[in-house]
Amino acid sequence: MNLDFAQLVPSIPYILYGIWVTLQFVAVSLVFGFLWGTVLSLFKIGKITILRWFADAYTSVFRGTPLILQMLIIYYAIPQLTGVDIGAFAAGVLTFGLNSAAYVSEIIRAGINAVDKGQKEAAMALGVPYRTMMLKIILPQAFKNILPALMNEFITLTKESAIVSVIGALDIMRRAQIVGASNYRFFEPLLLAGIIYYLLVMLLTLAGRVMERRLAKSD
Amino acid sequence: MIDVQGLRKSFGSNEVLKGISTTIKKGEVIAVIGPSGSGKSTFLRCINLLESHDEGSIKLQEKDIRSIELHLRKKVGMVFQHFNLFPHLTVLENVTFAPQQVLKVSKSESEKDALDLLSTVGLSDKANSYPSNLSGGQKQRVAIARALAMKPEVMLFDEPTSALDPEMVKEVLQVMKNLVKLGMTMVIVTHEMGFAKEVADRVLFMDDGKLVEDEEPVVFFGSPKTERAKAFLEKVL
Repeated sequence: MNLDFAQLVPSIPYILYGIWVTLQFVAVSLVFGFLWGTVLSLFKIGKITILRWFADAYTSVFRGTPLILQMLIIYYAIPQLTGVDIGAFAAGVLTFGLNSAAYVSEIIRAGINAVDKGQKEAAMALGVPYRTMMLKIILPQAFKNILPALMNEFITLTKESAIVSVIGALDIMRRAQIVGASNYRFFEPLLLAGIIYYLLVMLLTLAGRVMERRLAKSD
Repeated sequence: MIDVQGLRKSFGSNEVLKGISTTIKKGEVIAVIGPSGSGKSTFLRCINLLESHDEGSIKLQEKDIRSIELHLRKKVGMVFQHFNLFPHLTVLENVTFAPQQVLKVSKSESEKDALDLLSTVGLSDKANSYPSNLSGGQKQRVAIARALAMKPEVMLFDEPTSALDPEMVKEVLQVMKNLVKLGMTMVIVTHEMGFAKEVADRVLFMDDGKLVEDEEPVVFFGSPKTERAKAFLEKVL
């Protein structure tokens, strides 16, 4: 068996530093995607036709084209059209945020629609303004229901973040490839990268369970 | 206090209210009864703008309710068949939510009011429970306390006991009777004929979207004027 992990050892810190890069990348994309997705979902259930139309078209486009294509277009198009080079990290975050928002908005929309309509009526009958009703009555209940689906989306985002290696962001994936190329041995660094991604996803899963349990206190 | 004239409402091609007119005076207790699908609930929901009517007018203290929506919501409390408590909030939070958010009452003051209300509905000990830990009757009593926390002048009840197990009905009706004693103006859609007979000042009998009878309970239950009311009473009594 042609395996040599000893050669990998000096490069391990270099690859591990990629965790930090990936985490930063995922965290920013996740928050951006989540907030923008929430806004889009409110457009979708709202009464303003043009916003509803926009949100639907938006989702359709971002779900209907490959993520990697979206990223390359954003990475190359922004410098070409505006003359501003935003760099791989920003382009990646922008793409992942915009893309994730499309999926998140569908999840949240479904979650909102699944909240008993009596809740809205009770809030209305008490004179609670729309904004307060959404923020304090409807969305908290919706989030509880959609947490598993949302966690799933976040896990996908974490894994798929490896695509930013294509435009040269120095994440875990890219670093593993660089180490592989310099040692002429790819299996060992890629295996390490695989283990790291798996552990990250496990961590997210665990965090999701803890959150679910906390939200379940009213059951 | 509330003046309804020529109220009409359709859902698609289905006309649910076919011209309802009546006046509700301050302090009056009105029981709205009739077969299911007769438009009772829709009538009640129109008064609270949960449904918007197509024709006619509803006035609260001489003002068209559509022009005073927020004022209407503050003055008119509503109790639903399925309670509609906020499941993610405790009983206390359910009761204090609207006073804090809508009336901007301070936390301590709203909690004090809420605890008073909870004790009048006999649920002081449940203040920190979640709705899922309550029985149906307890939920409905919390829902009544929640509506009362807004200090409304009129209370609307949409079949408040229809979703309850039989042994829970009494405790809810008792709370409502106490409200009657306090002089609250109430409109109650109900199938509890005994309760209607006992507490109502007037009975509105609805059938097929029309207000068929508008009588004192003694008259209505004693000698209904219309065949439809007679047929209905024969079935339910």
